[in-house]
Amino acid sequence: MTTVTDKIREVIREGGALPVDIATLGDTDDLYAAGLTSHATVNLMLGLEEKFDIEFPDRLLRRRTFESVAAIQAAITELLDEKVAA
Amino acid sequence: MSDLLQRARRVGAEVAARHAGAVDSQARFPRESFAALKAEKLLGVMVPTAFGGPGASISEILSLCHAMGQYCASTAMIYAMHQIQVACIVRHGQESAWHRTLLQRLAGEQLLLASATSEAGVGGDVRSSVCAVEVDGARLKLSKNATVISYGADADGILVTARRTPDSPASDQVIVAVLKGDYRLEQTSTWDTLGMRGTCSNGYWLHATGDVAQILPLPYADISAQTMLPTSHLTWSSLWLGIATDAVARARTFVRAEARKKAGSLPPGALRLAEAVNLLQLMKSNVVAAAKLYEQALGSAEQLTALSFAVAMNNLKTGTSQMAVQVVNHALLICGISGYRNDSDFSVGRHLRDAHSAALMVSNDRILANTANLLLVLKDDPGLFS
Repeated sequence: MTTVTDKIREVIREGGALPVDIATLGDTDDLYAAGLTSHATVNLMLGLEEKFDIEFPDRLLRRRTFESVAAIQAAITELLDEKVAA
Repeated sequence: MSDLLQRARRVGAEVAARHAGAVDSQARFPRESFAALKAEKLLGVMVPTAFGGPGASISEILSLCHAMGQYCASTAMIYAMHQIQVACIVRHGQESAWHRTLLQRLAGEQLLLASATSEAGVGGDVRSSVCAVEVDGARLKLSKNATVISYGADADGILVTARRTPDSPASDQVIVAVLKGDYRLEQTSTWDTLGMRGTCSNGYWLHATGDVAQILPLPYADISAQTMLPTSHLTWSSLWLGIATDAVARARTFVRAEARKKAGSLPPGALRLAEAVNLLQLMKSNVVAAAKLYEQALGSAEQLTALSFAVAMNNLKTGTSQMAVQVVNHALLICGISGYRNDSDFSVGRHLRDAHSAALMVSNDRILANTANLLLVLKDDPGLFS
């Protein structure tokens, strides 16, 4: 089964968000240090919204939410749980 | 009026205003203004009391920029750019021993700080660097082809952005604070412009060496979002408002003199003056609201790095920069030929030329494109006071 983390990695790879291959980075590695720009962050957010059929609320639209695969996973899991609850 | 503001007004009226014409015509550093600002200890005002400064708040700093903008826009712009650098050290340097010492020196010696963010080869994107910090043991080395270092030749220190290491991607940047003696400047271009002629924003090759402790601990991306970007847009907007305020003051005097000559009838420029004052109020409200927003967010990295905050600061900049020109243009229409002349008390030519820099220094088109990108994900905020 494809996990949330796998899907996140897929969006990062397909969107060309990073100048390096995402496979070379661990889940907690800093994506900004790996070359994620603020412009690319917005495209990454859009890609994630599309992939998971979610909308990031404004409170999650900050730099730290997208600093690593693990951080993104935490935010998305929270949003997916809310969706189930609703 | 605060004591700081009184001192700033004194420097403005007695020194900056007197030399503003010469600074403009000769495109030279406003050295008289800065000697006076140093003497009045107005350069290190943001330094917290723990480090020997008066710990002025952001709104006090904005008042000073606004005051100075009414006398000499070049002085005000240099003053603003210096305060932006000081703000970075105040907000992000207190955990580092080297920067704590720098804070003490900023207050004690009233050092003037410049910045080297622009670089050849990055297409004007200050969030990308070509140059990199090279570390050898405890020492660092750095060379940057800086397209602009405003008042670089007259500064006591420069905050330089660079890639963290020679292997880092272009966007992984740090700020290095280098002081006179640490660096050598080779001038590569001159500054002969329409306005803001005294900022002496020449290009330079900067060659610096120093201690690795001179690197600010937080990544530039965070410093930029939390401090450099908001304080830039706030201080600049305040001084642009200062330029517009002085132009309107000249227009007011002009209209009042006309009214006195023909008491009982409304002078031809009176309606337009009403419009100009209306625009000036909108501009001021914009600055004050954004300053409040920043003060509320201060201390919260979460709020300062929120996309909605970045959009608000972007809007402040693009909005006030356009309004500054509009307001000064109104003042010109009101004063007519007297405003157009360079040798009259109602002259607003320098104001207009200086104000035109606002939309260009950090191009509004670039900022609008950034806002447009953020709006792709940002949701609506329907509240009035939220």
